[in-house]
Amino acid sequence: MRIVIIKYNAGNIQSVLFALERLKIDAMVTDDVRDIQNADKVIFPGVGEANSAMLYLKERKLDKVITGLQQPVLGICLGMQLLCQYSEENATGCLGIFPLQVRRFPANAGERIKIPQIGWNNIYSLTSPLFKGIDENSYIYNVHSYYVEDSSYTIAKCRYGLEYASAIKKDNFYGLQFHTEKSSAPGERILKNFIGL
Amino acid sequence: MDIKDGRTVKGTNFVDLRDAGDPVELGALYAQQGADELVFLDITATIEKRKTLAELVRRIAKHVNIPFTVGGGVSSIEDVKVLLDNGADKISVNTAAFKHPQLINDLANEFGSQCIVLAIDAKKEDAGEWFVYLNGGRTKTNTICFDWAKHAVMLGAGEILLTSMDHDGTKQGFALDITKQLAGNLTVPIIASGGGGTMEHFKDVFLKAGADAALAASIFHFKELEIPELKRYLLKQNLPVRKS
Repeated sequence: MRIVIIKYNAGNIQSVLFALERLKIDAMVTDDVRDIQNADKVIFPGVGEANSAMLYLKERKLDKVITGLQQPVLGICLGMQLLCQYSEENATGCLGIFPLQVRRFPANAGERIKIPQIGWNNIYSLTSPLFKGIDENSYIYNVHSYYVEDSSYTIAKCRYGLEYASAIKKDNFYGLQFHTEKSSAPGERILKNFIGL
Repeated sequence: MDIKDGRTVKGTNFVDLRDAGDPVELGALYAQQGADELVFLDITATIEKRKTLAELVRRIAKHVNIPFTVGGGVSSIEDVKVLLDNGADKISVNTAAFKHPQLINDLANEFGSQCIVLAIDAKKEDAGEWFVYLNGGRTKTNTICFDWAKHAVMLGAGEILLTSMDHDGTKQGFALDITKQLAGNLTVPIIASGGGGTMEHFKDVFLKAGADAALAASIFHFKELEIPELKRYLLKQNLPVRKS
């Protein structure tokens, strides 16, 4: 099985690679179009800023490559947000696979919240084989200021000031807002589930 | 964990260092026991040592499945890039950021506020005011801790790691007053550090001071308190605690 992690100007790529290593899963980090297209599974991670990430992808024509993928694709954190239509982060047009908006957490959503959300939180309403073996309300690790709105694509929810989509799915595309690669045992199980899809 | 020459060390009030073991082994053990995050501060960080630190970070990232912050001598975008590329989740800045506050802004723009932690070492003076200290606590400044913290948040710091030098290593409880002032008035998470000695101390820093997180070292290193026991206790106090 060929697992590819898309290399671009965003952080946490190394962390995803190490998490896979701990699971004894080999993966290649690459921005080579052919390698990405020929992979069995594609992971699109990311910690960073939406606009500069999109510019980088477009310059290398990786935007078209990603939207054309047929195999299972897992966007993590910024990677998930970039799979959406539009991000309020520097008014960025994204890849548009999910017709969803990425919004900034409102400073006053009823509960007093600190932005970014940095830390562990629970996921619930888990409705995908991606969460096989994962208990409702399991703890996962989040680092983000922007969130994806809840919709019919939601496969896991999370609450931080408001309820938002912690995971989404459409066809072969999956997105996780949380850092599954840093989410201890549940995170490792979710990664393993994705590889097994 | 304070790191010196690749080993975990721990002192009292920032001096009298004792060896506490291999940082990678300890980190993996703490992650398995239920620690929510780890912090590694290289207290001997010099330019020559920076490569060694990057290698250590890489080893930690390979073996630890929870987030960790790395700091010590970080003074440029390039320093941060190397550490993040090797698998660190967040970087803490201290002295260099105080001397050149623009660094916080530059780092936040380049990497995002979420991975920029401002570490402040503070000490209470006779008049009751907390002041910022630099260079691992060796250099006093005339800047009030709250003022610097507030300014740093405005510049883009995403979290504040507040260490009370008066409480560090004493096991007499966290500095509740300054922690409360920061946690109550700033818009970013505050990690309280220094003084955690009993389970009640942790309860107090969360309930009385409103800390977002509490950091402890010596009590865990020297097994005076085990993380699972502490978390069970905090859960019983109805504090939100991650079950692992």
